Amino acid sequence: MAALRVATGAGNWFSALALGVTLLKCLLIPTYHSTDFEVHRNWLAITHSLPISQWYYEATSEWTLDYPPFFAWFEYALSHVAKYFDQEMLNVHNLNYSSSRTLLFQRFSVIFTDALFVYAVYECCKCIEGKKAGKELTEKPKFILSVLLLWNFGLLIVDHIHFQYNGFLSGLMLLSIARLFQKRHMEGAFLFAVLLHFKHIYLYVAPAYGIYLLRSYCFTANKPDGSIRWNSFSFVRLISLGLIVFLVSALSLGPFLALNQLPQVFSRLFPFKRGLCHAYWAPNFWALYSALDKVLSVIGLELKLLDPNKVPKASMTSGLVQQFQHTVLPSVTPLATLICTLIAILPSIFCLWFKPQGPRGFLRCLILCALSSFMFGWHVHEKAILLAVLPMSLLSVGKAGDASIFLILTTTGHYSLFPLLFTAPEKKNLFLIGWKLSTSLAWGLWKSSVNSYSLSPPGS
Amino acid sequence: MEKWYLMTAVVLIGLTVRWTVSLNSYSGAGKPPMFGDYEAQRHWQEITFNLPIKQWYFNSSDNNLQYWGLDYPPLTAYHSLLCAYVAEFINPDWIALHTSRGYESQAHKLFMRTTVLIADLLIYIPAVVLYCCCLKEISIKKRIAKVLCILLYPGLILIDYGHFQNIYNSVSLGFALWGVLGVCYDWDLLGSLAFCLAINYKQMELYHSLPFFCFLLGKCFKKGLKGKGFVLLIKLACTVVAAFLLCWMPFFTEREQTLQVLRRLFPVDRGLFEDKVANVWCSFSVFLKIKDILPHHIQIIISFCFTFLSLLPACIKLTLHPSPKGFKFTLVSCALSFFLFSFQVHEKSILLVSLPVCLVLSEIPFMSTWFLLVSTFSMLPLLLKDELLMPSVVTMMAFFIACATSFSIFEKTSEEELQLKSFSISVRKYFPCFTFLPRIILHLFLFSVITMVLLTLMTVTLDPPQRLPDLFSVLVCFVSCLNFLFFWVYFNIIIMWDSKNGRNPKKIN
Repeated sequence: MAALRVATGAGNWFSALALGVTLLKCLLIPTYHSTDFEVHRNWLAITHSLPISQWYYEATSEWTLDYPPFFAWFEYALSHVAKYFDQEMLNVHNLNYSSSRTLLFQRFSVIFTDALFVYAVYECCKCIEGKKAGKELTEKPKFILSVLLLWNFGLLIVDHIHFQYNGFLSGLMLLSIARLFQKRHMEGAFLFAVLLHFKHIYLYVAPAYGIYLLRSYCFTANKPDGSIRWNSFSFVRLISLGLIVFLVSALSLGPFLALNQLPQVFSRLFPFKRGLCHAYWAPNFWALYSALDKVLSVIGLELKLLDPNKVPKASMTSGLVQQFQHTVLPSVTPLATLICTLIAILPSIFCLWFKPQGPRGFLRCLILCALSSFMFGWHVHEKAILLAVLPMSLLSVGKAGDASIFLILTTTGHYSLFPLLFTAPEKKNLFLIGWKLSTSLAWGLWKSSVNSYSLSPPGS
Repeated sequence: MEKWYLMTAVVLIGLTVRWTVSLNSYSGAGKPPMFGDYEAQRHWQEITFNLPIKQWYFNSSDNNLQYWGLDYPPLTAYHSLLCAYVAEFINPDWIALHTSRGYESQAHKLFMRTTVLIADLLIYIPAVVLYCCCLKEISIKKRIAKVLCILLYPGLILIDYGHFQNIYNSVSLGFALWGVLGVCYDWDLLGSLAFCLAINYKQMELYHSLPFFCFLLGKCFKKGLKGKGFVLLIKLACTVVAAFLLCWMPFFTEREQTLQVLRRLFPVDRGLFEDKVANVWCSFSVFLKIKDILPHHIQIIISFCFTFLSLLPACIKLTLHPSPKGFKFTLVSCALSFFLFSFQVHEKSILLVSLPVCLVLSEIPFMSTWFLLVSTFSMLPLLLKDELLMPSVVTMMAFFIACATSFSIFEKTSEEELQLKSFSISVRKYFPCFTFLPRIILHLFLFSVITMVLLTLMTVTLDPPQRLPDLFSVLVCFVSCLNFLFFWVYFNIIIMWDSKNGRNPKKIN
């Protein structure tokens, strides 16, 4: 009885929030799932039935393995549980197999691995402090942050409806950020290295990590005016960081290096043949660029400035994943996008190097890197906006200005995920309801952020 | 965060849960020839749209009463007509006479689910929000928490959005709730009008009619039958008569019409109970098959007597000492008496008891949460028939967590908080050692929960033995009935001993 009392006391709001959202995820099991469901089933089959040497060569299904090796090992581990649910799903030739047991297993695996995300949120909450302690539960920054992260609408849509495993990956990222806030730099670096080998999209934010660790960890002290003190460089720290990254990469890519498969792995990981924009355009700069190109070509054809024979029939708007040439404006190459991205992240990198503001500055730089890569990257998915929204939540409980930016970012970001639910209209209703929910929560946060909280690690 | 953002978030959470539950299958999906109650609702739209009013309740070549004949009062028929107009605008195939029998499609399912959501949003949810906002005795945070818990009550969600059995329960319950609101805050005429609409929507709301009647009568008495009280009485009578006239106008033109409608609403030809229900008669028939032993009219008389006798004390008490708190508790005990002892009770009638219990959630959080969990559990056989196991379990857990964290129910189990203080004091006059009531109740709670979990597991995993194919449903009904009897005693104790507290303050301490 006493245990029940403790377990359900009013102070345990965090567990209530975590349990509540888990139950909501269970309710989302019968909803629509996209082709990503088949993708992951295929990867379970590949890793379970075939030897390692075949993993990156297997092409029975069109959904080939295009995540780094750690994710493949993760699928391998899952497949050993899967065989108790339904042996048939592990057959490589069972394309589009989706029995009810398969569905149940896959959905539950996402829900279960989200436990890492919950732990990461818990750690992040430890990193923030409210200046006005006590008072109302709903005004405590820890509570607000937990709600914003645990009940993040975008994550629910992408992970539990559309079907992906972003929950535990984002958990890894948030955990590594939390470790950096807690001044446990080695752990943070290790977690990020592991994360990179789970999903290489996190390369978007690698510059922020690299520069921050180099500047604020390897240089152990600053001059009084905040600028760099060259003689405080710690070679030991640099070596240990390098060693961590090297060891993790060796563990991940080692087997494939031994099999001489590295070029194949990299070609799978970085498929530049897929075209500038994804089938559904991510709302980034190149989408605007392509739209402008289309408009100009239509105008050009109307005004007879262009020769109709020279205009290619297929276009970027046809929803296909291929390489295209632009008609009026110059075509864009992967190198061009890289240069644009680098130029975009340069200001924040400079600030991080020359005027480091501790972990908060790092977080800001990370968000800017994620946003810049989203805007100018090659073949960006619209889901990549989550890379910016989640860390922004951490920043938004800090200052009123950040909260208002967060409101705009989260509303538009989540709205842009709409095309992911492109089937039956009943899902659209769910989307609208959930979107209104997340917007009202963010609005509430903005309104209440007149109090200024301080975002600082404990004991600093 | 500011309070009305929280309230919006809470309402949106309620809507989200409702919509996700509605993504599951519904009663009778893909099961010809009769299909299920989903088909009944579609059929009523077809009938009300294509046939003139005079034929709605009569058996004819166009309207086969055996195939889901209309058996709810006129307001339901009008509502179906309204939905039919919308359906005709979207896709006339859905309600074409005769040819649309058994029509099933994704678009139609979406349409039907949307009508339920809209009805809920327009009638039930505003009533809940307004009710909780008007509660002055508790803090704002607790009011919002109460809205959350009431909106998360699994029974109503699963029946209206999952099972699709005679949907729109939220409409009749919502109207009844508006009635309670009106009457409690001295808007008597509007309250009674709302309640008349509730009765004219589903006749089962008559379970709530006696408390309304007694409460309003008590108010009139209090105001003095010679003066203001009499005026109020006349005004109320006029309101009720006018409301009924308005709804039944097309059917009052001929005596035969009225009689036929009444025959459809109250099928006295049917037996004491149908199927398995957590009712005294059904549980009793486990030991003694009264349905077969006693003749039909004796059964009616017995059930009438038991029902009437069991609700008499609370109603008399309410008439003599009308108070909003007594009114709410009498609603509970009256509806529970009807559920336990009345004629032809259906499983989902427990919702009529659950609504008033939701209203007193903030006053006795522990017992209310317990009751609401048992009430959902009692409908388990019905829910399992429609493969709603996952949503049931998930919503029940969510509800339990919401109540437990919002109201700290396990810390509120002292005698005072269970409203049993005056009762215990009276008993202690004869048995001075009677101090263990809260502990007994807590242990009973644990026992009840363990039994419910075990029964659920057994029903899902095991197969019943050959000789007793209905074993698990009967067990569920039996266990729920025992729980309900316990609650009936508990609520009656609260009502009866509440007056002593008020009348003789000096005798306490």
